[in-house]
Amino acid sequence: MTYVGMPTPSETPQETMAKIAGTAAKMKVVIVGGGVSGLSAGWWLARSGASVTVLDKGIVGWEASGRNGGGASHYQSPLFEEEQRMWPHMDALLGYPTEHQQERLVIAVTPKQLNQYHYLAKMNNDMGYRVDLLTGDQVRAMVPLAGDNCLGGMHYRFGGHANPQRSVQAYAWALQDLGGRIYQHSPVTGFETEGGKVVAVHATSGRHECDAVVVAAGPQIQALMAKLGVEVPLAAARAEMIVTEPAPMMPIGGVDGNGLYGRQTLRGNLAYGGGPHEWLETFEAGPPARPSSPLTRNLARRVAELFPKAAHLNVIRSWAGIVENTPDGRPIIDRMKAPENVTVITMSGVGFGLSPASGHAVRDLVVDGQCSFTDLAKLSLSRFDGIGADWREQRGWQPQKADLAA
Amino acid sequence: MHVNNGTDPHAIGTKLPAPEARYDVVVVGAGPAGLAAALAGAGEGKSVLLVDENPIPGAAMGNDVPLLFGGRMTTATQNAERMLETVFMSEPMLEAAMEAGVEVLLGTSAWGVYRNGPGVTGLPESVVALADKDRGWIVGYNQLILATGARDLAIGFPGWNQPGVMGAAALERLLAHYEAFAGKRVLIVGSHDLALNAALLAREKGVEVAGLVEVRSAPQGDAALADAVRAAQIPFYLEDAPAEAIGGIDGVERVRLLSGAVIDVDTVVLAIGLVPSIELIDAMGGKRVLDGARGGYIPGENAGVTCVGDCAGLADTGFDHVEYRMEWARELGKLSAPDTIVCQCEEVTRADLLGVQPPRYLERPAPMQARSLNTLIQDGPPNPDQIKRLTRAGMGVCQGRRCRDQVAMMLAMAADGPFGSVPLATHRAPVRPLPLRILADWEESEDMRAGWDVWFGIPTQWVPYRDIDTPREREHQEAIAEGWSL
Repeated sequence: MTYVGMPTPSETPQETMAKIAGTAAKMKVVIVGGGVSGLSAGWWLARSGASVTVLDKGIVGWEASGRNGGGASHYQSPLFEEEQRMWPHMDALLGYPTEHQQERLVIAVTPKQLNQYHYLAKMNNDMGYRVDLLTGDQVRAMVPLAGDNCLGGMHYRFGGHANPQRSVQAYAWALQDLGGRIYQHSPVTGFETEGGKVVAVHATSGRHECDAVVVAAGPQIQALMAKLGVEVPLAAARAEMIVTEPAPMMPIGGVDGNGLYGRQTLRGNLAYGGGPHEWLETFEAGPPARPSSPLTRNLARRVAELFPKAAHLNVIRSWAGIVENTPDGRPIIDRMKAPENVTVITMSGVGFGLSPASGHAVRDLVVDGQCSFTDLAKLSLSRFDGIGADWREQRGWQPQKADLAA
Repeated sequence: MHVNNGTDPHAIGTKLPAPEARYDVVVVGAGPAGLAAALAGAGEGKSVLLVDENPIPGAAMGNDVPLLFGGRMTTATQNAERMLETVFMSEPMLEAAMEAGVEVLLGTSAWGVYRNGPGVTGLPESVVALADKDRGWIVGYNQLILATGARDLAIGFPGWNQPGVMGAAALERLLAHYEAFAGKRVLIVGSHDLALNAALLAREKGVEVAGLVEVRSAPQGDAALADAVRAAQIPFYLEDAPAEAIGGIDGVERVRLLSGAVIDVDTVVLAIGLVPSIELIDAMGGKRVLDGARGGYIPGENAGVTCVGDCAGLADTGFDHVEYRMEWARELGKLSAPDTIVCQCEEVTRADLLGVQPPRYLERPAPMQARSLNTLIQDGPPNPDQIKRLTRAGMGVCQGRRCRDQVAMMLAMAADGPFGSVPLATHRAPVRPLPLRILADWEESEDMRAGWDVWFGIPTQWVPYRDIDTPREREHQEAIAEGWSL
């Protein structure tokens, strides 16, 4: 399975799996954080023969990994081609359904949106990733719920979307099927170091010996890495989504635009998010709550504008997730110099779709010390050296009021 | 270097709007408790808004929102004007409230309560979100009084997922307030006060009552009520349960009992219990506590919000409602087959729920089929929201009203724990299904419009990797940022 709009991969995912099998045999890896990045890394490591233990403060995929729009079309990332290569095979490789679907449409209802989408289309085509421009009539032919207000759009001939909750559980189960252990409700309390390495991770579930550690704990990375004397600049914010009752199935469910991200699920529901975020304090134990706000109304408006023919559909839920960002909004995927067996991964709010690739990258860093399939130099932690304690204030990213849970 | 001069134009800031109106007191629910609270407020000279979602729009009733109507309402419920009049006529105190200066809005639901607290500090003040048939809006309050009543507890059995299986609260609503019950002959499941009152009301309104079915060995409710039922020649089927509801295109036609009796009825009224309506409290992140004598989960102490009437908990008569409904759930569970539906909206069967299997439109490869609730339990206590996401039970348009409680009971039984050992799946705003066009804020501020971004509004985030640290980076950043304020 390949995409029309992508270069043909030189190797199939099955060949990659055969190649890595046994390369990490006898290696004990502890993954801190059972979100999608940690679980994918754990799965890739288990496929390499490592003995993997995942520690999570709560339930797997409970935070941003299971609360996002499910998009999988990240042309900006050095992991993009790997993301595209892997997704169509993930159901078969994991053994569990992810609901992955190919291709995406982005549609505009204002001239400004159309201009921006055209710019993005050109940016992709310049890189060799095929994006077709669509007129309003072409959109209406492809998107039955679009209305007369649609001015046009673009068609990513690559990319797609999947079900975040189902995919996260799929990684977790597939990891267990390979012998990996997942300790839920088991927050990490400390690290035991010896000779410049972490030799064990302490959690409420006990002491877990390790040859390598992956810290993939989302907003909690900062406090965890501080225990190891490593500063990771992160700021967390709340983002919100809404979902409607099922609509008739559209031929391509990955339709968004009008300032929204999201998708039509395979059940038919329209699940969309976007709009203002709220910067929050970060608590070591995780967010005390994930409340949605009256932003629900602004989201409802934009979904109704995006799909005028669905404006009668009932909204049945809203929810929020807490998402961490780095100062430049780009991931940190980096193996530390000290302790040298610790690898950190935060995808800075864009982690779900890239997870099949980010896990591969982490596996490479943990096992081989470097990524085998792409350059990650610009995603190193050292780019933030000397950033200054007031980096959040400089960006206006500080909590606007003290969190009432503090 | 200060990025954006130290401000984030895409953060929530002050973008969330102030309420359209403010009241000293907002009361949600115009039953006896809500009316009394509204009148008391008005008597103290306070400005009072009293909202009530009745009459319920016909489309919502079809989805069993907020009560288990079971498709047994007459077409009269489709006539909005007639319904409004009927509601008004059925509650004389409404007029008294209006005369006392209370602003009364019927056909208006409260779908969310929002306040600053853990995880949210961007609200200008605490607000209640409202919607009627035309629009949604928010109002501010000094005091919020919830009088949202109680709703039907549904427990499935073979054939319950067809028209004609309804709840006792819905029956009362249709008979006593809407005069719009379409059934002729009913069988009532349960024998506590709720069931006894339902039988007596049905009879008073000219509906034939074929009997009451009770899983225990004696009628459970108030002795005088039970005597009144007996005096009306209504039989009790004791140590019995509905084994199957059998029907045709219009729904239930007869019921076969565990004892073998077959009873011709067009309606089965589930009167096993009522559940205090804690949706708003739960969705706002408020506290809830379990109290079997008061109907299950009831509101805990929640600052600034007062709960009155049944939503605060049913009257404590010393009867353990939770133990009673668990007994029913065990019995009906035994009578159910693996393919008996639990979640009607998403067509989730008992087997699929307990097997944590995905919906039928997805493949179930061998590893998936090998999973079950038991394998999830090995990873920690089962979480109903996690199971909901995997099975889709409770994810449908009725918002889990028909299955939330029975799923919690089934999970507790499957995990060998008491009710409450597996918590109830959480409620989320909007706590009523509401159309996009009604919920939408069509008059949002310029601030909201100008600050809108699809994600965090960080231009460096979307620069193609190969262009980072090249002259093209600045070009992309400007072009991407230019597109904001979409």
